[in-house]
Amino acid sequence: MAHIKLRDDLFGITSLLDFRKETAAPLCELTQVLLRGESTLTEAERELIAAYVSSLNDCVFCSSAHTAATCALPGGQETGVKPMLTDIESLDITPKMKSLLQLAGKVQNGGNRVQQSDVDLAKESGATDLEVHDTVMIAALFNLYNRYVDGLATRRPEDPEFYKALGNRITTRGYKMPDDGYHALKVSSE
Amino acid sequence: MPYINTSNNIPGIRGLMEFRPEVSKALNQLAQVLLVDDASLSRSERELIASFVSSRNECRFCMTTHGAIAANLPGCNDELVQDVWSDYTSADLSDKMKSLLHIADQVRISGLRVTENDIEVARQHGASDLDIHDTVLIAATFCMFNRYVDGLGATTPDDPEFYKKVGEQRTKEGYLTTSFLVK
Repeated sequence: MAHIKLRDDLFGITSLLDFRKETAAPLCELTQVLLRGESTLTEAERELIAAYVSSLNDCVFCSSAHTAATCALPGGQETGVKPMLTDIESLDITPKMKSLLQLAGKVQNGGNRVQQSDVDLAKESGATDLEVHDTVMIAALFNLYNRYVDGLATRRPEDPEFYKALGNRITTRGYKMPDDGYHALKVSSE
Repeated sequence: MPYINTSNNIPGIRGLMEFRPEVSKALNQLAQVLLVDDASLSRSERELIASFVSSRNECRFCMTTHGAIAANLPGCNDELVQDVWSDYTSADLSDKMKSLLHIADQVRISGLRVTENDIEVARQHGASDLDIHDTVLIAATFCMFNRYVDGLGATTPDDPEFYKKVGEQRTKEGYLTTSFLVK
């Protein structure tokens, strides 16, 4: 049971966004800009950063949702990424993405863990200043989400089909708040 | 000096924000709705939670900035901010605030650390669902801000005058205005 009274037909982050719409609005806007806005990183790559950081934070809900999202996006399926991924060495991704994930891992550990040499390594593998900025910002944002979702003990479905449906929803609709509020996810029809 | 070339000399988070205006707009709106609000938790209580979490994360920029803002607000002062940094359990705070700072610190370590008992204690001291929600979200938000600032090596000024000025500006204006260094 969640630590506070939330709508019982919603799960995870959705139940929290519904609970406090004033804070949900800038959070959705921030996520939309970072994960769906114009970028030289693909949407699948940005979702992979979100999934990896969530896995390192042991947040099953966010890791499952963003793993499903990266797998539903062009270029994401073939990486063969599974929820709760913590070993990036075996992944079929570019050296640049590997170095950006390593950087995201440092950020997860603590902002002070990052050194100039970590950023230099990413830049030597071809990352731009903007890609470094956005990687750090996405990693930082999921350190927020993971704590928000688990810190209030939101409900988490066990059914893998739920996350597949949620992954499809966020790849097709993005993160903007729906005008008519949040609706329960119907797994069969998504 | 930040780890990336931001093409400006503005210290702290505002220098990073100048580099990426699309992102900064949403970040400042989040800070505004979460911190500049006297509903349920007071503004000074919200800023104290922010400064406390930043101090435990050893983010000197955020800790000092939000400490300066908290100290300017009714119900708070410099001494109380110092006490919260060093040992909040013996600070001059309500039992409700102490129980909420305990929750904030658990969230800071990991969301999974918050127990039913932590929540129950806060409720017994009068915390509402909204108080608990906002405490968790402020703590989580500063786990983001702290990582953004230090993860990109934002410049952290040593001069106390800098934080005094930022504190005055943000206390008066909130978070939606440009840095006094840009104006």
